[in-house]
Amino acid sequence: MTRSDVSDVIVIGAGMVGAMTAYHCAAAGLRVTVLERDAVAGGTTSACEGNILVSDKEPGPELDLALLSIRRWQELADELGADSLEYQAKGGVVVAMSDDTGAGLTAFTASQRAAGIDAQDVSSAQLREREPNLSPDARSGAYYPQDAQVQPMLATARLLRAVRDLGGTVRTGTEVTGFVERGVATSAGIVHAEHVVNAAGTWAGQVSELAGAPVPVLPRKGFILVTEPLPRTIRHKVYTAEYVANVASSDAGLETSVVVEGTKAGTVLIGASRERVGFDRSMSLPVVRKLAAQAIEVFPFLADVALLRSYLGFRPYCPDHLPVLGPDPRVPGLVHACGHEGAGIGLAAGTGHLIAQVLTGKEPDLDLTPFRPHRFEEAPA
Amino acid sequence: MPNSSAERNEYDVAVIGAGPAGLAAAAAAADTGVSVALVDSGPRPGGQYWRHRTGDDGTHHHDWAEFTRLRARIREVDHLAEHAVWHIEPGFTVHATGRDPVRARRLVLAPGAHDRQLPFPGWTLPGVYTAGGVQALLKGHGVLAGKRIVVAGTGPFLLAVAAGLLDAGAGVAGVFEAGTPAGFARHPLAVAGALGKLGEGAGYLRVVGRRYRTRTMVIAAHGTGELSGVTVAKVDANWQVVPGTERDVACDALAVGYGFTPQLELPLQLGCATRLDADGSLVATADDRQMSTVEGVFLAGEVCGVGGSALAVTEGLIAGRHAAGVSAGSRLLRRRRAQRRFAGALHQAFPLRRGWLDRVGADTVVCRCEEVRHRAVTAAVDDLGATDPRTVKLLARPGMGLCQGRVCGFATACVVADRLGRTLIEADLRGLAARPVAQPVTLGELAG
Ligand SMILES: Cc1cc2nc3c(=O)[nH]c(=O)nc-3n(C[C@H](O)[C@H](O)[C@H](O)COP(=O)(O)OP(=O)(O)OC[C@H]3O[C@@H](n4cnc5c(N)ncnc54)[C@H](O)[C@@H]3O)c2cc1C
Repeated sequence: MTRSDVSDVIVIGAGMVGAMTAYHCAAAGLRVTVLERDAVAGGTTSACEGNILVSDKEPGPELDLALLSIRRWQELADELGADSLEYQAKGGVVVAMSDDTGAGLTAFTASQRAAGIDAQDVSSAQLREREPNLSPDARSGAYYPQDAQVQPMLATARLLRAVRDLGGTVRTGTEVTGFVERGVATSAGIVHAEHVVNAAGTWAGQVSELAGAPVPVLPRKGFILVTEPLPRTIRHKVYTAEYVANVASSDAGLETSVVVEGTKAGTVLIGASRERVGFDRSMSLPVVRKLAAQAIEVFPFLADVALLRSYLGFRPYCPDHLPVLGPDPRVPGLVHACGHEGAGIGLAAGTGHLIAQVLTGKEPDLDLTPFRPHRFEEAPA
Repeated sequence: MPNSSAERNEYDVAVIGAGPAGLAAAAAAADTGVSVALVDSGPRPGGQYWRHRTGDDGTHHHDWAEFTRLRARIREVDHLAEHAVWHIEPGFTVHATGRDPVRARRLVLAPGAHDRQLPFPGWTLPGVYTAGGVQALLKGHGVLAGKRIVVAGTGPFLLAVAAGLLDAGAGVAGVFEAGTPAGFARHPLAVAGALGKLGEGAGYLRVVGRRYRTRTMVIAAHGTGELSGVTVAKVDANWQVVPGTERDVACDALAVGYGFTPQLELPLQLGCATRLDADGSLVATADDRQMSTVEGVFLAGEVCGVGGSALAVTEGLIAGRHAAGVSAGSRLLRRRRAQRRFAGALHQAFPLRRGWLDRVGADTVVCRCEEVRHRAVTAAVDDLGATDPRTVKLLARPGMGLCQGRVCGFATACVVADRLGRTLIEADLRGLAARPVAQPVTLGELAG
């Protein structure tokens, strides 16, 4: 059973990043085919939290992408309807549980303000105004009005719906098994296109191998806890200042630093751990226990709240913690959009926008050099 | 021995679930001299089948002698009552609410099943119960769910529930069986005979008598604020309503059940392989020794196939012996073969038919915890491109609430598969059945 098709762009992967890329390309007038081996949003996009954050970013290329993305998300919410994406600009609160951490946080927010983030230092009293149920031990903090959230699966599915409405094709249950001249081989035949975008998330490394242009994307495991539904007790996304250090860390061991937030459904989400243990799908009780303990430290009332479920996912990370974006000079026609680690939901909007600019011959709004696919093969400077 | 085991929280065998299967497993294992812990969330042994109150002499129970025999055999077993198991780690460490973890070299999982529910207009009204819920209320608390009770659904269990209610003096306004137990001849007496063989005692039908109607379904429940009546109708072999046969029956309680859904969370936590059973349930795969596909994890009762209490006891005896490292005699194996054949015939006699899906209107609630209506489920398929129940759950939230899909999971999977124009497959149910936390546990207890 072979099938032959021609489009302008093939997008491999129907996660948040693939959906955003497909949507921006389709909106720019390109004929798009999305190929997904599993179901819509069935990869890491269905195992994450949906935070769109600037608060956890240090000045640098990732922050630039985050700022572009946050603007694009706001525009998309206007275009497609905030409700239909469950997009909410709810703001983020970072708390310091000790004076030392507080001092570090103040220095960090100063550097963020210089880079264009709206980062406001807040006193312990102001903290409690924003989050009345916070632990009395919270010393000081920062407030980030730009932080937002979406329902990632819903947003992905809606964007893919829009892609279909724009004349594009979305094929689920179709695995890319190899690359051919101007196209790919799949479990359901050959598909042709001028360009192939590798948006295969945590599996993008494998896809890049198929293409003969490897990029080192690896899994970083994370757990999330979900509580029983509660009345609105937590208003923002709240995390401890230690989180920022963990996100950027290259430590292979377990790191947990808690992010707590309420959802529209009333459940409270508690994330997330970070571990490099390959694609190990097993539940790790010690990790889950630690997350629970840290959440209680920030919000003591959570001790009496029931845990309803937990889930886990694998963040797609690169050794330098930057995504891989743009054309791959090693294989003409191949474009990467992967390796977004723990920020792929947030960064997807800017990513899709930039990739569509590249594929329609425009000058991208951001310099893609720091994200270039072949950077890992270059001799160290 | 048992004492030191208790002190160390370490046993040769831990049995989870103290219903017929678990009791039998604990008894059989203990008979061989190994140390055994029996963990159950209930205050007393017996499970759903032998649910009873303190001081209960067994008058209204079936196979009570069997229960008391098994209970006597577990004297050397540490019965850890009122501890709900929420997670099991490989190796094995059993985490239950309100106590230190229990370690065991082998496990017997006998967590039983709960009523399988199918949505229909009005099923979320107060006064609509599961058949098992009504029975548990009676057995466990001596409480009648209503003054005029309608029992409906499919399967021999309906008769057991109705007979128990009548026995306790309840008014039963009707017993409506959607199927025609054709596999057991056309005469309903054959069903009663079958029940006798199943160990639930004959004579139900005599008690229930003319209230029993086959090929009849409750197609809607009515009431403002609470249940005041139901509409019943004749259905054809495919459970399509025969036009013109609808009639209203006044009642203040409805006990409804369409078979059972085994509790798969513990086997799935441990990585046990599963299969789709003849009744459409997801069950864990057991070999001849009742061992799952995971070394040292044994299964007994509904978790490896719904088949009633007598089969559950047999499986428990086999599982308990093998878990203790002793093989089961050929007599037990023969008994199990016969009982399984019988359970299979029952599944064939009381199949679910597609017609129930036609009664689920766009407005009918499918998931009551999250109040997800049928239209949201189908929209996830039609508009959002979902191709399986798990994706529907993530997009439209059925099964995301307090019950975590225990109530609506099966129905959601059926609705989705039907919308996609295909039959239910194992992966559909598996995608909704995995629960790393098998029972709600507070974050405080989790954090330790
Ligand atoms: C615990 C946890 C919490 C997180 N929290 C957040 C957060 O709050 N905010 C945030 O921005 N990010 C968060 N993330 C990160 C985020 O989930 C990811 O960065 C993002 O989902 C990546 O999206 P993607 O589209 O690149 O990958 P995916 O969603 O994994 O999509 C890739 C798709 O490609 C498909 N695929 C792979 N190989 C092939 C092939 N050969 N052929 C066809 N299809 C293929 C896969 O099936 C998959 O569906 C979190 C991650 C985890 C694990």
